[in-house]
Amino acid sequence: MKKLVILGAGTAGTMMASHLRKKLSKSDWEITIIDQCKPHYYQPGFLFLPFDTYKPEDVKKSIDEFIPKGVKLIREKIDVIDKDSDTVVLDDGKKFKYNILILATGTKTAPGEVAGMLGEYWYKSIFDFYTYEGALALRDKLRLWKGGKLVVHITEMPIKCPVAPLEFAFLADSFFIKKGMRDKVDITYVTPLSGAFTKEKCTTALTYLLNDKNIKIVPDFAVEHIDGANGKIVDYGGEEVPFDLLVTIPTNMGDELMARSGIGNELNYVPTDKNTLQTKVKENIFALGDCTDVPASKAGSVAHFQAEILTENILLYIKGKELKPDFDGHANCFIETGHGKALLIDFNYEFEPVKGKFPFAGIGPLNLLTESRLNHWGKLAFRWIYWNMLLPARKLPFITPKMSKSGKNFN
Amino acid sequence: MEKVYAGKTVGVDKEGYLTDLSQWNAAIAMEIAKEEGVELTAKHFEVLSYLQDQQRKEVALSIRSIGKSGVVDIKQFYELFPKGPLKIASKMAGIPKPKSCI
Ligand SMILES: Cc1cc2nc3c(=O)[nH]c(=O)nc-3n(C[C@H](O)[C@H](O)[C@H](O)COP(=O)(O)OP(=O)(O)OC[C@H]3O[C@@H](n4cnc5c(N)ncnc54)[C@H](O)[C@@H]3O)c2cc1C
Repeated sequence: MKKLVILGAGTAGTMMASHLRKKLSKSDWEITIIDQCKPHYYQPGFLFLPFDTYKPEDVKKSIDEFIPKGVKLIREKIDVIDKDSDTVVLDDGKKFKYNILILATGTKTAPGEVAGMLGEYWYKSIFDFYTYEGALALRDKLRLWKGGKLVVHITEMPIKCPVAPLEFAFLADSFFIKKGMRDKVDITYVTPLSGAFTKEKCTTALTYLLNDKNIKIVPDFAVEHIDGANGKIVDYGGEEVPFDLLVTIPTNMGDELMARSGIGNELNYVPTDKNTLQTKVKENIFALGDCTDVPASKAGSVAHFQAEILTENILLYIKGKELKPDFDGHANCFIETGHGKALLIDFNYEFEPVKGKFPFAGIGPLNLLTESRLNHWGKLAFRWIYWNMLLPARKLPFITPKMSKSGKNFN
Repeated sequence: MEKVYAGKTVGVDKEGYLTDLSQWNAAIAMEIAKEEGVELTAKHFEVLSYLQDQQRKEVALSIRSIGKSGVVDIKQFYELFPKGPLKIASKMAGIPKPKSCI
């Protein structure tokens, strides 16, 4: 019996378990998936928790609901990977030998990386919404907040779902208008990038949104420390931005397991071939989702495209054939713009987001890079698709892992 | 696109970043520095040559990784190349504009 072990039962690990259990014969391959967590969170829903749009139960289910039959789920913290002996060691000392290892341990916030972020003011005037706890603490704060300076802030790149902070700013604008207190709130968006979006084409096409919503932007800001007592964030160049309420995206880092195993980069991301998804650590170790260093968006949609390609490559690897360099960096994201509207962007390693129609050339029905109500419904439908289509690895109709160029205006 | 720096014609992209590192020399770096309002010292050149080494090794650069390089810490990096140091330093080093990927 050969052994395939998957580390992490979040979005990417669960999808891989679903794909591979369908493809690998049960008499030849034992599949094990390991995770320390009980709940499986729908992380894109964290964006809506602070505004009371989603309830906690909308975003939280149990991990084991999604692990397919015939896959063994182990609930324990992973201590270390010993690549030389092809062994994974858990916190309780148990060891698992593997023939093939798949890394899917994701990325998480590390608020301890910036001086003054964690401490007295954490969850009092400084919040994150990238964790379940943070999103709920912020919800409680917003329910009672009387207004003042709201600063939405990205600490450093890369972060997962890079558009989420901007969406937060847009939704906050809507939220305060609805509460009849927008005139009491000043919204500033502070980013280490040179513009609001990570992609230049987006910045050019969409900066009007910030102006329309009266959101100020402070670009090129690399935070050095946070002064909670005086309510300001300070950058390495000495620039200061004052806040009454700071909503920050802390540094995102891969799990420390990678540092303990000596296989991560300075942010604990695992060096991985950006097209085949084989790691540079060892030929029988593969990685997908947020835990890799590939220069693609860290997003669930990306993990979905990667899972289809990696499944094929694992089958090729087992047959001793050459891997296909098929992952092209394809990402596909809805961006909430507030007031019941959203944008949709589609891009890859090579092409920036462009205008056009999706998924059918010329027909749509979704418009790329243009605000619409339909896109907003698309974003809300994504939650259903996530639980019912993505995690069980059902084929999504019409959407291919490689980016389609038809129906798009590339000039 | 092409541009003349210090009497030498070099290939550049639309934002003025060199497209071929092998065309780079110290005089070019000094002219770009002047455009950016920075006076280059030996320490600046130490950083530029570190960036070039990383580029040749195809290692993606970040402010954090430079802070851990042992060449400069982040604070010094900002003092040497104020405001958006990675972008400015990359331009002077003759390497492509850092991709804030994603
Ligand atoms: C606020 C927010 C909004 C988002 N919005 C969108 C969106 O609109 N669209 C989109 O496509 N994506 C979105 N994302 C991103 C998306 O949620 C992630 O990209 C996706 O979940 C990544 O999947 P993953 O499997 O790589 O990591 P995860 O789903 O985070 O799973 C990693 C798992 O590994 C486990 N693990 C890690 N280390 C260990 C260890 N040492 N021992 C045991 N277990 C371990 C963890 O417990 C976890 O269950 C959003 C994310 C956030 C935070």
